Amino acid sequence: MGLDYGEEDFVLDPISEGVIRAIQLILSGDPEVYGITALSLFVSISGTLLSSVWSVPLSAVLAFRNFPGRGVIKGLFNALIGIPTVALGLCLYLLLSRSGPFGILQLLYTPYAIIIGQCVLVTPIIVSFTTSALESVDPDLRTLARTLGASSRQTDAVVLREAQWGVVLAVLAAFNRAFAELGVAMMLGGNIRNFTRVLTTAIALQTAMGEIAVSIALSIILLAIVVSLSIVINIARKSPR
Amino acid sequence: MILVHDPTSEYRFLNGSYGVNRRILADNFFIIVGSSQDSAGIAGKSPADALRQIRSAGLDGRAVWVSRGDNSGTYSKEVSLWKSIGLSTQQLRTEKWYLEAGSGMTATLQLANEKRAYTLSDIGTYLSNFDKHNIDLVTLIQANKSMLNVYSAIANNPHNANMTRANYAGAMQLIRYLVSDEGQQLFANYGVSNYGQALFQPYVPLVKSQSNQTLLGWIRELAFFEGSECPPQFRNNSEDLYLLQGSVLTFPTSYVLHFSSWAWIMERRILYWTRFQRA
Amino acid sequence: MISHLEAQGLTKMYDGSLALEQVDVRASTRQVTSVVGVNGAGKTTLLRILAGLDTPSEGKIVMDARELGVEELRTHCTMIFQKSVMFSGTVYDNVAYGLRINQSSKQNIQDRVGMALAMVNLNGFEKRKARNLSSGEQQRVAIARALALERAVLLIDEPTANLDPANAIIVEQIIRKSAESRVVLLSTHNLPQARRLSHRIIHLHSGRVVEEQDTASFFANPRDERTRLFISGELQF
Repeated sequence: MGLDYGEEDFVLDPISEGVIRAIQLILSGDPEVYGITALSLFVSISGTLLSSVWSVPLSAVLAFRNFPGRGVIKGLFNALIGIPTVALGLCLYLLLSRSGPFGILQLLYTPYAIIIGQCVLVTPIIVSFTTSALESVDPDLRTLARTLGASSRQTDAVVLREAQWGVVLAVLAAFNRAFAELGVAMMLGGNIRNFTRVLTTAIALQTAMGEIAVSIALSIILLAIVVSLSIVINIARKSPR
Repeated sequence: MILVHDPTSEYRFLNGSYGVNRRILADNFFIIVGSSQDSAGIAGKSPADALRQIRSAGLDGRAVWVSRGDNSGTYSKEVSLWKSIGLSTQQLRTEKWYLEAGSGMTATLQLANEKRAYTLSDIGTYLSNFDKHNIDLVTLIQANKSMLNVYSAIANNPHNANMTRANYAGAMQLIRYLVSDEGQQLFANYGVSNYGQALFQPYVPLVKSQSNQTLLGWIRELAFFEGSECPPQFRNNSEDLYLLQGSVLTFPTSYVLHFSSWAWIMERRILYWTRFQRA
Repeated sequence: MISHLEAQGLTKMYDGSLALEQVDVRASTRQVTSVVGVNGAGKTTLLRILAGLDTPSEGKIVMDARELGVEELRTHCTMIFQKSVMFSGTVYDNVAYGLRINQSSKQNIQDRVGMALAMVNLNGFEKRKARNLSSGEQQRVAIARALALERAVLLIDEPTANLDPANAIIVEQIIRKSAESRVVLLSTHNLPQARRLSHRIIHLHSGRVVEEQDTASFFANPRDERTRLFISGELQF
């Protein structure tokens, strides 16, 4: 039943209705809602972690090594933080569609296309924030590590370790962006029920269908996850180790 | 006001006192499209047979169907088509070959195109996308009674307390225009220059000429409520809107005028009676 | 084991100006050698070059008759800075760092960290967060960090400039003790400290060595006019 079209009129105002519905959906363990939430988490976590694999080393290169064009590249990543998701979605859509260069992989309208899309989307965020975090580590720490016998690579590791919470926050910011975006998920995933329908696309659909209460319910779930993740990370950061 | 093509929902809308003064504007036909390979072999079949074949091919893994899945008018039609061959979408959505796009028509067509799947579409959106080379799906099933698509306009109910900000006067003005000769001509002309075919059949000339009784019968069956395009209890100060143009009875032309004036007198009596009842 | 560290003709140029010019240095185990001079004389630059953290424009560094390159220097020498920098983490993590990156065994690390902390009187501080300590305690952690590596040469830049007198005394004691088995070279502008701690003093002025004597002679009989002015506190630069 859960998200299906209901014929009830509003008893309360839409917001209260939405909150009540949200609690009902969560507590009743409605499989469709849980499925959508699980898929959202899977897709956004995968995309973020995948991006970290190259974003963090890239940030290390940008922060530690000097080379011509370094400033331009850093500026470029900063600018791409706010890339409109639909523009990115369109770009990748053209690449992944059947008539595009990567059409043969048949990734479009699968969760993997969304993962790829969100991975690209959050890369500038991770790179920009991480490079910043690495650059703000006290340069004397590098000198200290060297005089204690560290090789070049080991001093890089020291800086990374000192900046680790900066990296964590960068990854968290990236996840939030991926989790809450609509354009990429819609264009590359297609909002296919039980396959590529994530929280944001489901909210868009429910709103378009006039199911405001359900939209609010899903939005509350989305916000709850984002907020609680931030709280958990901040507690972990402050806790004595 | 709303422009809509989902008679079942429209009736609920009128019953819920959300709208008044419904007028049918035009009609055309839904189409079933798919890839030219037609893996389920439905070309030329009746819609019912086509859907059965698509399902069995789908269960076999040879075909995919994409549904709008968004409670739109097209989706309603799709649901009723499956229902007519005894299948509920509740059941179908659990089967692997049946995809619910949860999107608009263009997005659904793009998805179907990508997957080389079958889908139900209105002819206008299909042609528009086909023309732009966004999709290469082809029309496999067309005009047929069960594929009839009827477009209507409904004005907001001025007595509904939740809709006081809606522009009733403007809505009525627009509806009157759309059923006028000029407005109906718009429907007749639309698409001819771009696609070489008219995308809509205007309803008013169809009724005036009484030339296609079969089609009128289909429209009556699909889109009439309680025997009329707008039952009297849903009309509001608009008797003139339904004169001469609402009749679908098959009298020879010479009797039409006579009957119409009698109908007018009867309607006024019914109206007085219903008002009396409400008061 | 006695080691001798010798620098010959060290010269360093920065952006066209000479930070060091033909500097010769000699230091040995069991002797504390101080480099004194006004701010900007080049003391820190000299120490960094000896520590292998900077490359001289000219000159060479020899240890026990063997010339050492920059990489090798870093394995024989370690430097303690004027303002101590702590890694985030515990005192133990800080002191153990150099040993860990060398992949010493856990037992070995434990032993040496224990010994180093004992030498600086910080036993029991292992689990405390290094950055939460007072500056005096942090400086002692920095020294312990260097001691744990058991390098032949200890270079200390202004060891007590940032410390209160009580901590300064403790640190001086530690320096004296460390010198028993190491070459210790420190820089300071604190003349009484140089007098207290060192056996030999080098006066560096504008990048040049202007005086080098054993401590007693340095103060009793400075050969260079600038040294005399420096001792009396009147040296302009």
